Amino acid sequence: MAQHQVNYLKDGGLPVALTTIDKVVNWGRSNSLWALTYGLACCGIEMMASGASRYDFDRFGTIFRASPRQAELMIVAGTLTKKHAEFIRRLYDQMTEPKWVISMGSCANTGGMFNTYATVQGVDRVIPVDLYLPGCAPRPETLQYGVMMLQQKIRRESASRAQKPKRLL
Amino acid sequence: MRAYTPKDNVQAKPYYTDRFWVAPQVAKHDVSSDAVFESDLNALKSKFEILDAYIQVEQMVVVINAADNFAVLDMLKNSLQYNQLSEMSAIDWLAKEGKFEIFYQMLSMSKRKRLRIKCKIDEKESIQSVEKLFRCADWSEREMYDMFGVVVNNHPFMKRILMPDDWEGFPLRKTYPLQGDEFAAWYEVDKIFGKEAREIIGPENRDPARIDRYDTERFARLGHEVPRGVDITNGEPDTPLVYQEKNGAFLITKFDPETSVTITDRNR
Repeated sequence: MAQHQVNYLKDGGLPVALTTIDKVVNWGRSNSLWALTYGLACCGIEMMASGASRYDFDRFGTIFRASPRQAELMIVAGTLTKKHAEFIRRLYDQMTEPKWVISMGSCANTGGMFNTYATVQGVDRVIPVDLYLPGCAPRPETLQYGVMMLQQKIRRESASRAQKPKRLL
Repeated sequence: MRAYTPKDNVQAKPYYTDRFWVAPQVAKHDVSSDAVFESDLNALKSKFEILDAYIQVEQMVVVINAADNFAVLDMLKNSLQYNQLSEMSAIDWLAKEGKFEIFYQMLSMSKRKRLRIKCKIDEKESIQSVEKLFRCADWSEREMYDMFGVVVNNHPFMKRILMPDDWEGFPLRKTYPLQGDEFAAWYEVDKIFGKEAREIIGPENRDPARIDRYDTERFARLGHEVPRGVDITNGEPDTPLVYQEKNGAFLITKFDPETSVTITDRNR
């Protein structure tokens, strides 16, 4: 007990910090972004590298979850085919609010080099996207930077009012 | 092989292709030049009608009637030791002669020979499945149906294999546009949101050279690039890269690159 005694004379006297609910909630949300494992193509390898020990997403609180019910961030890493489009929409709908989407790499952004009949020309035709990452494939540093940018975006949002569900329609 | 062209001043020459250039055919040799193939061909000839036979790149090509395909492959597998079907598919010759060409590439491990069986069918005609002889033909025939629309009779599970089940059109036909027909262009929109959403979501951007109005503000403008290293700041101070906005996160101190020290000496 004695060794953890609070010095009431330091830092204004009391061990109390004042802030707003918005800031605390957003602080919690932005620093525990659980991402859905959504590796669709070669960008998925970079996403896995970002999650593994060398780049270590855990220190941002970003932990990959295999279930949409436990995830609030969807990192679309790779080429979205037209056959798969309905499933990405279903998984997005199954995620709980609030939820965010990062479109990772050229293929997810615009269809990339796959200017063909079988590729969706940008995932934003199917689900709303918060952040677009350029690159083919983006390096793990880019994805880390993108997640940090998304954290900033989340902290700017208002946490108290009910979030409007983001829909294309 | 392509003819050798000097590569010294390729850039200086105007780009030119001969529209009427016809690809040279690989030389065809008579089957009698190979004893193993000749005996195989004679065995086939004794039972089936052979429309054409020749040797190309050390492989025999035998053209048969489409109705004989199962019996010919049965004989090749069970009596002539061609016990592997390496590959099979169709070739679209609809524009040229209104027919599909079906080919079966066979391999004999014991004879160390490769042989190709070819036959032609009309667009609406179907062909007999060889899945009972070679299990690998199961998926190949499904792919052939998926990509060309060639229906295979007596197949255990005749269904599309790559494209979605409700897809319209056969993508590997020469008449199918690479960027998709109207059905393909709106497939995901129609399926997820319904046809009413087409106007809201809008058509696909298929133009890789499209210029966004805002790109001129976000990126360097085409035609206004400057050489690398030229100072374009006009005396504006540099904005350092920050990972943490000011007063952003509760209880977290902002990392300020201006007040921090970069350590270059590793052994300090």
